[in-house]
Amino acid sequence: MRRNRRWILAAALMVAMVNLAAFAEDQSAAVSTPALKIDTGDTAWVLISTGLVMLMTPGLAFFYGGLVRRKNVLGVLMQCFIALAALSVQWVLFGYSLSFSPGNWFIGSLKWIGLNGVGFEPYVAYSATIPHQAFMIFQAMFAVITPALILGAFAERMKFSAYLVFSLLWATFVYDPLAHMVWGQGGWLRELGVADFAGGTVVHINAGIAALVTAIVIGKRKCYDKHPTPPHNLPFSVLGAALLWFGWFGFNAGSALAANGLATNALVVTNTAGAMAALTWAFLDWRFNGNPTMLGTISGAVAGLAAITPAAGFVGVGAALLIGTVASILCFAAVGTIKHKFGYDDSLDAFGVHGISGIWGTLATGLFATKAINAVGPNGLLAGNPRQFTIQLIAVVVTVVYVLVVTLVIYKVVDLIIGVRVVEVDEAIGLDLTQHNERAYTMLE
Amino acid sequence: MKLIIAIIQPHRLEQVKEQLYKADVHLITVNEVLGHGRQKGVTEVYRGFKETGNLLRKVRLEIAVNDNFVEPTIKAIIKGAQTGEIGDGKIFVVPLEECVRIRTAEKGSEAIG
Repeated sequence: MRRNRRWILAAALMVAMVNLAAFAEDQSAAVSTPALKIDTGDTAWVLISTGLVMLMTPGLAFFYGGLVRRKNVLGVLMQCFIALAALSVQWVLFGYSLSFSPGNWFIGSLKWIGLNGVGFEPYVAYSATIPHQAFMIFQAMFAVITPALILGAFAERMKFSAYLVFSLLWATFVYDPLAHMVWGQGGWLRELGVADFAGGTVVHINAGIAALVTAIVIGKRKCYDKHPTPPHNLPFSVLGAALLWFGWFGFNAGSALAANGLATNALVVTNTAGAMAALTWAFLDWRFNGNPTMLGTISGAVAGLAAITPAAGFVGVGAALLIGTVASILCFAAVGTIKHKFGYDDSLDAFGVHGISGIWGTLATGLFATKAINAVGPNGLLAGNPRQFTIQLIAVVVTVVYVLVVTLVIYKVVDLIIGVRVVEVDEAIGLDLTQHNERAYTMLE
Repeated sequence: MKLIIAIIQPHRLEQVKEQLYKADVHLITVNEVLGHGRQKGVTEVYRGFKETGNLLRKVRLEIAVNDNFVEPTIKAIIKGAQTGEIGDGKIFVVPLEECVRIRTAEKGSEAIG
């Protein structure tokens, strides 16, 4: 019975997608605006950056995969990989249109559904020197990784079917509107003048708050109070963190949407903040826990990289050092103390690392932004513009509240229809065998 | 015939093997195992989360010997594994009812050496 219902759901989804695609194809022929000059260097850099950001999702899979128990590693890898597949499709069908087509203050229209009207000519409101489709596919990779970031919160205990439906709904009703409000033409936070270079609000606060909500409502893992679960393969996590760092150059420097000085600045401050945060966490570990740990050092790197994300195109290297340092201090406190005090099981610290550093980075942008780095960007508080800090604060609050409420609603709906959490015995056996009927490691061959 | 089971520190395995060779004992089986004794395991810290009572890595040797080899084998293991610190391990000696060499179907003392 349950199985039937699942099939019907899947079939309905497929039919809807095929119809949409056919509809889009009908109208995709007619796009042309007066020829704008495409810059080959800019285009090449954005296409390469797309590849760099794409690699972050499998990187994240290994980062998270190494941290779970061996019986759940395929479950995590699969959830990341299917995000790459499902959300790539969602994006070209209607996600990009909802996020970036000119719409109202809250959400885009359906004008660009199926990439209708999204061609090879530049779309000046976003990027004047690269094909519109290059911008679209670069943004697709952001839409892919953001829902995947959340899964660290409910790792080792969510049904795969529920995850898939949750991710698609979340991308559609949380990510797409938020991306529109902050980055889309007509979006009210964009009009308000929020400075979010590469996704402090849209990606990191967004995923971090969704992580906190889902971690709390899904409840702790059964083992959580009885015995702790050490990472099953830390070298995987180190590999994953290294791939994230590498991909982050595309994430932040690619967000300049041009191969120029601003992109270079973004890359330099990104590397600096990640490095400084990794160093800071290692020393915090040393001081407070006795040893500098590998897990701490990579957690620090990710915290610093996430924190610099909104600021990368607006601040210089001095601010990057400070942003990285403070990011590690805040996240170190969040995952080491606050989480245990409140007792929620954010299993892989998606909120503790991404949420906290996203909030810090977005506020820090309001402090340290300077026109000396980016002439078309804003000045921050320290450059004599306190208003920018207020705008950043508003953006943080709006993001937190919106994500919190809508994520909760989506979770409850999915829980009602499919049931989000695996049954207790399946949790004990592990997601690899119960959700995918495979195991990651053989004992004897 | 006796079966000698020894639990030792992993980092002493090379020395123990060396001493066993010197005592002319060449047939051993080695396992990586987990366990702890009086020291009650180790405390590891993950993102500030202290985990106590973790089992320690140990190495477990199994050596089947004829009776006249029991003492030399025990001496060799002690010589190789002893550091004087807590956690050096244990040696167990148990009677061995039978031993069969699969290749030739020989039994008893003949089969052990």
